[in-house]
Amino acid sequence: MRPSQYWHCFVGIQAREWLRFWQQRTRFFSALVRPLLWLVVFAAGFRAVLGVSIIPPYETYITYETYIAPGLCGMIVLFNSMQGALSMVYDRELGSMRVLLMSPLPRPFLLLTKLLSMGLVSIGQVYVFLLVARLLDVEPPAWGYLAVLPALLLASLMLGALGLLIATWIKQLENFAGVMNFVIFPMFFLSSALYPLWKMQEASPWLYWICQFNPFTHAVEAIRFALYLQWNGQAFGITAGVTIVLAILATAGFRPQRTRILSVRPAGPA
Amino acid sequence: MTIEARQIGFRYGHTPVLKDVSFTLAPGQFHALLGPNGAGKSTLFGLMTRLLALQSGELFMDGQSLRKQPADAMRHIGVVFQQNALDMDLTVRQNLMYHAALHGLSRREARKRGDRELERFTLTERANDPVRQLNGGHRRRVEIARALLHEPSLLLLDEPTVGLDVASRANLNAHVRDLCAQDGLTVLWATHLIEEVRPSDRVLILHQGALLANGEGHAICEAEGQPSLADTFHALTGADQS
Repeated sequence: MRPSQYWHCFVGIQAREWLRFWQQRTRFFSALVRPLLWLVVFAAGFRAVLGVSIIPPYETYITYETYIAPGLCGMIVLFNSMQGALSMVYDRELGSMRVLLMSPLPRPFLLLTKLLSMGLVSIGQVYVFLLVARLLDVEPPAWGYLAVLPALLLASLMLGALGLLIATWIKQLENFAGVMNFVIFPMFFLSSALYPLWKMQEASPWLYWICQFNPFTHAVEAIRFALYLQWNGQAFGITAGVTIVLAILATAGFRPQRTRILSVRPAGPA
Repeated sequence: MTIEARQIGFRYGHTPVLKDVSFTLAPGQFHALLGPNGAGKSTLFGLMTRLLALQSGELFMDGQSLRKQPADAMRHIGVVFQQNALDMDLTVRQNLMYHAALHGLSRREARKRGDRELERFTLTERANDPVRQLNGGHRRRVEIARALLHEPSLLLLDEPTVGLDVASRANLNAHVRDLCAQDGLTVLWATHLIEEVRPSDRVLILHQGALLANGEGHAICEAEGQPSLADTFHALTGADQS
């Protein structure tokens, strides 16, 4: 296959994702309600409880809203990527996955392009969230909005690949509620999204270590530092490394027969 | 395109679904894959389209092994799945453009071919309608138009008339036969409905994973000593003739 064919395929998959987004735009905006509730209600309630000292990348005392905004960006990507990856394997997108897999281009390319297209749509959502957050006095530097893009892209690919891997291999988590309880919530709460890790260390050293091993922590930190125009090599490196490993595992391990793309299973032979 | 299946076997866990299935599809001909529900037709389609990995046996497309050069083979195959695989919220044209892009066609080329197929299937006026607004027969026609966009030489249709009324079924069947005659397309049409098969067709009868008959309809009837395809099908499978 020629490079131009890869390009047309790439553009086609992106275009379809945005068309679908446009068709379902009300759902897109209603999904914004969740992070905004966290930002407006949760953060207001906990502002007094959780004093945040000056920690990098912040150069001054910050409000709790400012602290959790990058974590909520991570949350948007986390929810969307997981939901998107699951829909690739389970019900919602089955027809379109069949069509996708009929392409003569290599499957890893198709799957990664698909994950990326879903990621870009959720990044659009992150930017709308950041705009609203700006109205609520979460004001990162202007260039931060651009600098955060690579971190968001990496995070969305990492979480999309993780979702694909989970959905392909773990049959027990076959609906979104299962993934929410066993993957999304633990990843979110056992990270630096809602509280700085030094606070976690004070409370419980072993919880702190779990947080440290959680790749979502590093994705959130990469987002946080980039948004404030600082380079966090460790967070970025770990996020990139985990992304590469997960992407390889998810695409190499993807077998249509492990998914429900073939409706003939598992009710009985057909 | 000539397709050769050699001793294909497939099992789900310990349950064999296909047993030693061998056949050849001749270029430019309409082949009917006849079998009751649960015969293994969809599994066979899954293997031919790479949705399932071959466990035993070999599939050759014009002499090329599907196992060794899978991507190359996919360029020559058009598929219509049993279940609707269209994006219901997108328009007819958007669905076609997406499929064309997946096959590496430029937008200009995709549009040109899309227009051609829409005209052939008398769908031009519906091009900008969301698929959701189309009736079952039209949706099926869109799916066939889509499957032909990348100009395949083999068209696989897995029970394409499921859910259609009698008139739409007959229309669709006639349409595909025309394609065969006009474009020299090799067609494999899976069905459990005997009225979609003509005695002059090449017929493969699949039952409980085994290929019970393979040849021209007339010849199969003669060999089984039955007056019609329906009787032959019933005698071989014990299934209903509808």
